[in-house]
Amino acid sequence: MADFNMLFAGFGGQGVLFAGKIVASAGLIEEKSVSWLPSYGPEMRGGTANCSVCVSDRPIGSPLVVTPNVFVPMNLPSFDKFINAVVPGGKVILDSTLVSSKVEREDVDAFYIPATKLAEEAGMKKLANVILVGKVFKETGFCSYEALEKALKKSVPASKAHLFDINRKAIEIGINFNS
Amino acid sequence: MGEKILMKGNEALAEAAILAGCRHFFGYPITPQTELAAYMAKRMPKLGGTFLQAESEVAAINMVLGAASAGVRTMTSSSSPGVSLKSEGVSYLAGSDLPCLIINVQRGGPGLGGIQPSQADYWQATKALGHGDFQIFVFAPSTVQEMVDLVNQAFDLADEYRMPAMILADGMLGQMMEPVEIPEVSELKLKDKPWATNGHKNSREHNIINSLYMQPEDLEQTIRDRFARYDDAKAKHQVFESYLTEDADIVVVAYGASSRISRSAVEQARELGIKAGLFRPITLWPFPNDELYKLAGSAKKFLAVEMSMGQMVDDVRLAVNGRKPVEFFGRTGGVIPTPAEVLEQIKKLAGGDR
Amino acid sequence: MAVVFEKPHALTNVPTHYCPGCTHGIVHRLVAQVLDELGVEGRTVGVAPVGCAVFAYNYFNCDMIQSPHGRAPAVATGVKRALPESVVFTYQGDGDLAAIGTAETVHAAARGENITIIFINNAIYGMTGGQMAPTSLPGQVTQTSPYGRDVKTQGHPIRVCEMLSSLDGVALAQRCSVDTVKNVNATKQAIKKAFQYQIEGKGCTIVEVLSTCPTNWGLEPNEALDWLRENMMPYYPLGVYKDAAEEENNG
Repeated sequence: MADFNMLFAGFGGQGVLFAGKIVASAGLIEEKSVSWLPSYGPEMRGGTANCSVCVSDRPIGSPLVVTPNVFVPMNLPSFDKFINAVVPGGKVILDSTLVSSKVEREDVDAFYIPATKLAEEAGMKKLANVILVGKVFKETGFCSYEALEKALKKSVPASKAHLFDINRKAIEIGINFNS
Repeated sequence: MGEKILMKGNEALAEAAILAGCRHFFGYPITPQTELAAYMAKRMPKLGGTFLQAESEVAAINMVLGAASAGVRTMTSSSSPGVSLKSEGVSYLAGSDLPCLIINVQRGGPGLGGIQPSQADYWQATKALGHGDFQIFVFAPSTVQEMVDLVNQAFDLADEYRMPAMILADGMLGQMMEPVEIPEVSELKLKDKPWATNGHKNSREHNIINSLYMQPEDLEQTIRDRFARYDDAKAKHQVFESYLTEDADIVVVAYGASSRISRSAVEQARELGIKAGLFRPITLWPFPNDELYKLAGSAKKFLAVEMSMGQMVDDVRLAVNGRKPVEFFGRTGGVIPTPAEVLEQIKKLAGGDR
Repeated sequence: MAVVFEKPHALTNVPTHYCPGCTHGIVHRLVAQVLDELGVEGRTVGVAPVGCAVFAYNYFNCDMIQSPHGRAPAVATGVKRALPESVVFTYQGDGDLAAIGTAETVHAAARGENITIIFINNAIYGMTGGQMAPTSLPGQVTQTSPYGRDVKTQGHPIRVCEMLSSLDGVALAQRCSVDTVKNVNATKQAIKKAFQYQIEGKGCTIVEVLSTCPTNWGLEPNEALDWLRENMMPYYPLGVYKDAAEEENNG
């Protein structure tokens, strides 16, 4: 895959936008064309949120990912809404703690990772999103590990620098998990 | 040059304005441009500048009128319904020969419309943002980087020609993040404004900022003088980008967000062996008529693609002047067309040609 | 020869367009005298309204801006924020200030913008030929209230100073009149105080001046002054409605 058209989707507050931002930052570090586009609407906690992330060697046309080749659903409504939009041959990387359904399509690759459960077990409750980014990295190789690590460093605000290590741990969990 | 960073379009517009020396921002909250105002609210106090959340869009544009009269770089930003409210002030700014920057991060209309990206304010921006004979500069960026680059140009041209300038963006460009390189500004060279009402300090006659002329002949002459400046701007500042148009049979014409989608469609058409190209107006006023007219010599068909029911297509037809057919494809109401949809249209046009 | 009377420097040598008997001329002169006495003409920017005083930009010698209808306080805000050391005043009529520009007036006052608003209240739209104003009195006959202002359908007049005096951003709200020499002098003192407060950064200052419009009232100038005393003053009592300095002193 030279062009990654990713769609992260879930509830507001799950860190869907942040996960997308790490991916976009990593792409930028490798000097690729990247774009990040959030869904936006009436500001509401708990509403659905998604973000389109493109990483490509060519200039990016539409930043709106309508037919993702990497789909990361973090809740069931998002899974139901977008699963049929994934292009044949695409990858579905889902948080199996929150998405109870199985992928019935046979023309896409499905990867199940109980990210929310893993995060809770590791005492990093809000980092299921980052665990999923680790998994996306492992299954797609959209960037190098060094770029991912740098991106993580950049995405964690300076005032919360102490959170970098735990974020990196979350990435590792995602990478090392075997579905 | 600095390193590339990821920035939201709305925030990039704000940072670019600050870099261009703008220290006076007046606005009113509206989706999807809110991040711009929030960015200004954070930064302006630290720069000794003004961020003022006005009681209305009407008040905000008139505060801009006051600050522009005082001779400083000043701006406001809004989205479609809010820009309608500003139109009174824009007409006065134009009639008083005042420079300023207005940003419209477009959403669907008419009325309250929607909040998703749209390009349905083209007519408003280029033909009639207020009553009377006047024009404003209109710039249409298509990337976050271009948003940064055009803000400074917009301020410079506004000052040079003493007229308002607008950045016509949309919810997609405002909300998306892309890598940008923020240029390092060593020293701003701002134009002198001897006309400003900034206090005569007992050293000159009093200055008057005014748009009222009781004698029709006086008003006519003022407008004619202004239009002479418009002619000069038209001759010097038609900006566009041509992509694969040299040998193109089918030239897609699109600006801003829809030009990105069209570019993907053009690339896909080329892969199918269709000679398609993209002509992208960067200035919507002045519209790049001259180059489009030239293209009408070599291209066989034109396709205007917009996120509206078809507004810029009028200007494309005027420029092409009947020499070649001009078709239109658009989605509206906040729907973003897909490259596949645009490709379908290109194929249809190519098919008819074979 | 001693000069006993002359034009203030802050007034231009342009003949005004005001009707005979109109009190705009007096108020223009008072503002100009104050600018002279405070020595601030060189750093003053005035904002003219839409209405009878629209041409005020030709009459004052300081820098002037002609504003859209009702927006003068917003325009003045823009000037003052851009040039905090300047002295900024608006000069507005009742339609401009209390009808189409109510929001701009109230919010400039609420923000405590350091500007001075000179408000001419003559209870009628003059420039357009005598229509009902937001300050037209109950029962007052105008072109658009030909049977007299009926408060049941046309609403009640707005008492601007009283309304604005409730806002914390207001440093001075005072209603004056120029119907007698004594009142003219008092008005000048109020205008001077307003500008002084502005220079001291105390907040928004407003001086309302009850004025006559003999032409559109259909009266002779002297009758108009009588009408003002008999009808306007009872509804719009003269006085100081807010004075931040006095409140400070009274602690």
